[in-house]
Amino acid sequence: MRVVLAEDLFLLRDGLVRMLTAHGFEIVAAVESGPELSRALSELTPDVAVVDVRLPPTHTDEGLQCALAARRERPGLPVLVLSQHVEQLYARELLADGDGGIGYLLKDRVFDVEQFVDAVRRVAAGGTAMDPQVIQQLLSRRAGGDRPLDRLTPREREVLELMAQGRSNAGIAAQLVVTERAIAKHTSNIFAKLGLEVSDDDNRRVLAVLAHLDRDR
Amino acid sequence: MDTDTKRDGFRATAREALLAGVQGLVLAVVVLPCGVAFFALTLISLALIPVGIGLVTTPAVLTGVRALADARRRLAAQWCGIRIPAVYRPLPPGANPWTRTAALLRDPQVRRDVLWLPVDMTAGFFTALAPAVLVFFPIQGFLVAAGLWRANVRGPGDVYWYAFVPVTGQVSALGAAALGAVILAVGRRRTPSLLAAHFRLARTVIGAPDAALAERVRVLTETRQDAVDTSAAELRRIERDLHDGAQARLVAMGMDLGTIEMLVEQDPAQAKKLIAQARRNSAEALEELRDLVRGIHPPVLAERGLGDAVRALALRLPLPAEVTVELPGRADAPVESAAYFAVTEVLTNAVKHSGADRIWADVHHTGGRLRITVTDNGRGGAVTGAGSGLAGVERRLGTFDGVLAVSSPAGGPTMVTMEIPCVLS
Repeated sequence: MRVVLAEDLFLLRDGLVRMLTAHGFEIVAAVESGPELSRALSELTPDVAVVDVRLPPTHTDEGLQCALAARRERPGLPVLVLSQHVEQLYARELLADGDGGIGYLLKDRVFDVEQFVDAVRRVAAGGTAMDPQVIQQLLSRRAGGDRPLDRLTPREREVLELMAQGRSNAGIAAQLVVTERAIAKHTSNIFAKLGLEVSDDDNRRVLAVLAHLDRDR
Repeated sequence: MDTDTKRDGFRATAREALLAGVQGLVLAVVVLPCGVAFFALTLISLALIPVGIGLVTTPAVLTGVRALADARRRLAAQWCGIRIPAVYRPLPPGANPWTRTAALLRDPQVRRDVLWLPVDMTAGFFTALAPAVLVFFPIQGFLVAAGLWRANVRGPGDVYWYAFVPVTGQVSALGAAALGAVILAVGRRRTPSLLAAHFRLARTVIGAPDAALAERVRVLTETRQDAVDTSAAELRRIERDLHDGAQARLVAMGMDLGTIEMLVEQDPAQAKKLIAQARRNSAEALEELRDLVRGIHPPVLAERGLGDAVRALALRLPLPAEVTVELPGRADAPVESAAYFAVTEVLTNAVKHSGADRIWADVHHTGGRLRITVTDNGRGGAVTGAGSGLAGVERRLGTFDGVLAVSSPAGGPTMVTMEIPCVLS
């Protein structure tokens, strides 16, 4: 799997390159600035881009802007955005085109190598990887009055949280130490309570849930 | 209709003239005794300084002089709309009699007040008396014509002088009345401006020539002190947070790694446990650093500017908040930061205390000012007084000549408006 990596801090870039290479990814470019990233994305057609939000030369949200621009040119280009902080505002912008293949994680998540590598694979396959903090922000607010979300049982809420992060039923089952069938039952309950259409496609399912949560706020 | 208006106009000017006459009379009656008394007291008090008594009496007497001058300033504003600016230096707190007296005597405003006393009891007295004379002297002329002359002119050869008119009989008494009428006619138009002349004279002597500048200096001194205090407190907080948080966690991690190095061969299971602990520590250190950074300068603010930072902030609130932004550019970083933290505080206040279930924030820039409005549909009753969070916001904005206004009637809604003069780039 061919990866373009953009990270301006040498130590982190080096660490990520080593980690991804060790897990069988091919790093076709490891760049440290916005313009370089833009060039790499349009010339190398990677399977997935792993991008730091803040890059030189402006040290603002260069990485995010490059990723969004590249996706406008190549819709659905899988991008995993890393940052020292996560904002629902940015998640919304990343998800806005509804094409999937989006990841948005705190840099800390690389500590858990297995989960991080899983997230990169998921995004490359057109799936979603949303940071738990983003999901918590989405779920934390009460939008005044009665909300479908409030009708979920605590267990269903837990499942919803993991689902919104982009996990598959199998992944959720493993995390919560239950059978996949139990999770399937929970998910169909959740979809019924939220009034969403059930879909077998994992990716579309996640996007529908995220859109619902964002709308509900 | 036309004559009615004319009559109304005549009545109005007549009433004004009469009022100015009475006011002038009151001033003249009060001015002379008070001025003389305070001038004498001041001189005596100053003369007694070498013996020591003056040190105690001078501050008291000068306070009286100031009260007299302040009273005149108030009357000038109330009666004639003339503003007499005053800039007194603040007295050093807890000063002894000697430093108090010295500080008072060094204050140019106090000196001006003292010098004004002799001017006020001479020229001031006459300028105050003039309007009264213009109003009341004609009355005497009419009374003379009406028969009062008989009391003074008892036989031929007796002359009663009404101004320059020698009254010797009814005919010349009528002349006195005519003069009175002329004076009255002039006075009806001139009395108010004569009274104003009295206050203008006072302004020339006791008005602070550089009041606006002095006020500006006072505000700057105050806000600079606030800014220095705030930033010192911030630095202390950051130091403490780092010391007790991230730094301590890194120390713990280092220790764990040392132990792991020792254990890795003898007790791999225990070593593994410690590795997990070290990782947890590093994650927590990162979390703490993230919170700290958010408190110093939020990353969204650095990356996107004020508009998106407020939007991101609104998304973190536990209440629905609508944000409208209209900023054609970015303000200077310090202004952005001050504005952001002000909005944070106001929004937090609204969430905590207002009981609102909806909040609106509006950020825009017009006429060289950044204007931010935060409205909630809560119960109202928010105050800016000392100790409230809003007072802190006001101080913070003050550094940038920013202002804060609160409209919060009981029952709501509450609207907090903040304005900072700035240019966008």
